[in-house]
Amino acid sequence: MLQQVFISLNEGFLKTLEIFILTLLGAFPLGLIICFGSMSHFLPLRYLVKFIVWCVRGTPLMLQLLIIYYGPGLILGNNWWGNGASGRFTAAVVAFIINYACYFSEIYRGGIEGVPRGQYEAGQVLGMTKSQIFFRVIFLQVIKRIIPPMGNEIITLVKDTSLARVIAVYEIIWSGQAFIKSHGIIWPLFFTGVYYLLFSGILTLLLGRLEKKLEYFRV
Amino acid sequence: MSVLEVKNISKSFGETQVLKNVGFTLEKGEVIAIIGSSGSGKTTLLRCLNFLETPDSGQIIVNGEVLFDASAGTKFSEREIRKKRLHFGLVFQSFNLFPQYTALANVKLACELLAKEREDYREKKKLILQEIYEKACDLLRQVGLANKMHLYPHQLSGGQQQRVAIARALALSPDVLCFDEPTSALDPELTGEVLKVMRSLAEKNTTMVIVTHEMQFAREVADKVIFMDDGVIVETGTPDEVFGNPKQERTIRFLERYSELQARDNTEQHL
Repeated sequence: MLQQVFISLNEGFLKTLEIFILTLLGAFPLGLIICFGSMSHFLPLRYLVKFIVWCVRGTPLMLQLLIIYYGPGLILGNNWWGNGASGRFTAAVVAFIINYACYFSEIYRGGIEGVPRGQYEAGQVLGMTKSQIFFRVIFLQVIKRIIPPMGNEIITLVKDTSLARVIAVYEIIWSGQAFIKSHGIIWPLFFTGVYYLLFSGILTLLLGRLEKKLEYFRV
Repeated sequence: MSVLEVKNISKSFGETQVLKNVGFTLEKGEVIAIIGSSGSGKTTLLRCLNFLETPDSGQIIVNGEVLFDASAGTKFSEREIRKKRLHFGLVFQSFNLFPQYTALANVKLACELLAKEREDYREKKKLILQEIYEKACDLLRQVGLANKMHLYPHQLSGGQQQRVAIARALALSPDVLCFDEPTSALDPELTGEVLKVMRSLAEKNTTMVIVTHEMQFAREVADKVIFMDDGVIVETGTPDEVFGNPKQERTIRFLERYSELQARDNTEQHL
């Protein structure tokens, strides 16, 4: 029995982990693109991007999951996610990526705008190119500035993955809850909390280590 | 031939005209001090020289070569502007050292990046980097920081940071070294060490344009003093002329106000 619970929870956790990793892989770069859009000098683009960010940050992630999964089929009459578990999983990951990219974009923007103008100017008067200034001077300062708020978002994502169950993605909470129906026991559901705690604990340690690594300088 | 000729520079930000037909010349080895109250356009003038701002009109000529001519109306590529900038060095009021690099790396960085563009970089990489390293060490020694070169900016005092910034600006051997109120962000007890370095540069005949509020320093070190007010050059002359025998009403008032402030500061310090 115990073994059966762990096998099932591990499977669910694997799904959770997949959503987590794929979301980060997608949202890190997409967030940067959105960030550049929201800082664009081309006003229509900037306002469009800001409007999208407002919509995404201003509505519940659960609602976004439902709209992204059911929207194409029910409104456009074409369920491009495909049927079955893999379709639901893809839709969930897409929803997570869009949602988190919008949050990340604001963090990037804060990080980039937080670097004083003088850093760019110092690079310029030293005859450096724009890309040299960005990669050799600005980039690391941005990274250092965004680690704490990024850490927050990343830890939040660990727990947000559980929302995927509203479109029936079999993540860990789903696996735990299944034991109530099948065996009439609730402890597996409660025990999923331990997985979350361990995972976010490991992440906290890793983020702390990264922060420590960049402690040799101050911005 | 003058190292630097500035002719009729004007610059507006929106409705406000910050510089009105400003012009001066600078000979090799000369030091010009630009004085004037805040908002008189001194800093903007330096920023124009360093291509951080583009003047609306006027010319900038270095060693006879026209670097900038507003009437020509050409837009320069990034590459061209970079090349033009190398004639000038700029030391900022707020130092602007790169925080993630040591003092030594701050001084070396731009030279190393620039060296990569040399055709013989691949073959002579080791030699070139060694030269850059030695030059940087030498410069840091000159500003009295030989024993601090492996420290990061936050581990240095303001005065030490500004001295690193001076070494960094010197590393590219600019024709004209510009200072934008280099001691204004420093605690009073730290200005001395920075002024001392600048004085020794002047003794070595470094061509400099110094925007400063340190009147005593300007008087001692400068060959020429420019007093600016409201975007125009009101008075130019030797330090003795401008400080000792100012001719313009505005210069007189500025210097009076300044010595009053100075006197008040002194009494406050004594209290």
